[in-house]
Amino acid sequence: MAKITIDNLRHAYISEPSRDEHYALKRVHLDWADGGAYALLGPSGCGKTTLLNLISGLLKPSEGRILFNDVDVTSDTPEKRNIAQVFQFPVIYDTMTVHDNLAFPLRNRGVDEAVIKKRVADIADMLELTATLHTRASGLTADGKQKISLGRGLVRDDVNVIMFDEPLTVIDPHLKWQLRSKLKELQQRIKRTMIYVTHDQTEALTFADQVVVMNNGEVVQTGTPIELFEKPMHTFVGHFIGSPGMNLLPCTVKGGQAFVGSAKIIAGNAGKAPKTGKLELGVRPEFVTVAKSGTKAGLEALVVRVSDVGRYRVVETRVAGTPVKFIVGEGEAVPEGKVKLAFDPAHTQVYADGWLAGAPR
Amino acid sequence: MTRIQNNRAWFFVLPVFALVAFNALIPLMTVVNYSIQETFGNNEFFWAGSRWFEDILRSERFHAALMRQIVFTGLVLLIQVPLGLGIALCMPKKGPWVSVCLVLMSLPLLIPWNVVGSMWNIMALPDIGLLGKAINSLGINYNYTRQPFSAWFTLILMDVWHWTSLVVLLCYAGLVSIPDAYYQAAKIDGAKPWAVFRYIQLPKLKHVLTIAILLRFMDSFMIYTEVVVLTGGGPGNATTFLSIDLVKYALGQFDLGHAAAMSIIYFLIILFLSWLFYTLMMKNENT
Repeated sequence: MAKITIDNLRHAYISEPSRDEHYALKRVHLDWADGGAYALLGPSGCGKTTLLNLISGLLKPSEGRILFNDVDVTSDTPEKRNIAQVFQFPVIYDTMTVHDNLAFPLRNRGVDEAVIKKRVADIADMLELTATLHTRASGLTADGKQKISLGRGLVRDDVNVIMFDEPLTVIDPHLKWQLRSKLKELQQRIKRTMIYVTHDQTEALTFADQVVVMNNGEVVQTGTPIELFEKPMHTFVGHFIGSPGMNLLPCTVKGGQAFVGSAKIIAGNAGKAPKTGKLELGVRPEFVTVAKSGTKAGLEALVVRVSDVGRYRVVETRVAGTPVKFIVGEGEAVPEGKVKLAFDPAHTQVYADGWLAGAPR
Repeated sequence: MTRIQNNRAWFFVLPVFALVAFNALIPLMTVVNYSIQETFGNNEFFWAGSRWFEDILRSERFHAALMRQIVFTGLVLLIQVPLGLGIALCMPKKGPWVSVCLVLMSLPLLIPWNVVGSMWNIMALPDIGLLGKAINSLGINYNYTRQPFSAWFTLILMDVWHWTSLVVLLCYAGLVSIPDAYYQAAKIDGAKPWAVFRYIQLPKLKHVLTIAILLRFMDSFMIYTEVVVLTGGGPGNATTFLSIDLVKYALGQFDLGHAAAMSIIYFLIILFLSWLFYTLMMKNENT
């Protein structure tokens, strides 16, 4: 078990990077506590797998250091770092039985056979693999195989950190949900530091205590799921997390007040907006309401589309050409035609060039 | 929807039937014809029954040729498969050297078989050939036209030079298709290089190795051109393999009955051994 410090880490896949865009990982600085559950969230190609492989030691960073419990491990091999990693596609040893597959990492480290037997039995029990323990691993289904991969990651009880690289990609949807809760449950039970890489916000938000959102090789925001939802530091986070994502409207700030067109909108950080740069107003669909008919205040909008997504409906409107979405719960009336929209002032923020105005970076 | 039932589908397979008939069945039937009849020319045939087959199966000449063939093929497989696999494992997986290695490896395969025979024939000449002279100057008495051992040594060396590349290329193709994640997982699981070979590379190469062994078995069991050019089956009968003996029957002695019967036995041996090997290799699949 270990606390992990990532100090000014940079990585480029080409040998002599000179410009910023040569780096797959631009500059990352993170501090992770021992025993925490962390998720790296971001779109494909944002550098999250690169970061993971740097932590596990499969890649050597171009610059920067990685510390486990304040000990520099940057130049150590994966084996020496004593970590476990589960990959996107199941990796199993075809010719071995399920039991031997799970025992493999222990046997390679010369663990006593009696201890191995007990550990393997425990892990198989946890992952519901006991029934197939003595069959050949190659005959299992994709999710069975991925469970073996997970099991090999969990079987050693002295690892510093367990890393998951989009482990549920090949799993059927209903099993996905099951395995996800199983992982969360395991994490709470064994209190091992775990890092979970995914591009699926549901997976990240349900698994992790702290989510690191990445984009273009940079960490955009680190926070709890609630922080990411309520106070996105960057429009990217606002858009990437939440379904539908945050509404963004071009705005102007005059005298510490935000305006969309000529309508004044109350936003907590409007006073901190810089004089230059592209200004936008961000508000999540969850915090947009329709003003009662007859009210003067509010933004004029035109309803263009309503989509039913099950428990609620998403109403898409246009405010001077800009799409604004909001949510209407079950059983509530869906507005039509021209409406006036009101934004919850506590959850409306001004963004300058994509970043939350006034926030420390 | 009603199910239409008629025999129209036969029309669609007819071209295949015709093709197979013309390129396999009809030529094969001529051989069968000769193997059960006797002919003295003028297109006159007399029934011979199983006589030619009995003669061949009892003849010591056939037994000796078959023995030589089995030993030759066995040695060739024993050397080429491990060597080919070893070379494939040593080849770079990426970078500029990949194409250099692949071209070098492919070269022997691109040379016509009789040219290979001539090359080694000249190279192994004890008085002027590079190889022959070098061996003799080491104090070893080497003369492949006189000594059976030298002839065998040269033949095996030539075949290894000519065909190991095929095993290398097949194994290399199999190796590069193993996803990186397997090696990464093995690293994290703390596997030693031997374990990586034993539990990842070898199982993943099972299919290409099966194909490589089958191809090398069939080709070496039928080897003809290179041997004829290099030794002509000699000295004496020391390197007279099945195909060379067969040609001697058919064209040397014009003994068509024996030659035809031997062809069929030869064919059945290859078919049976290939089937046996393939079945054994695939037995454990999906169990």
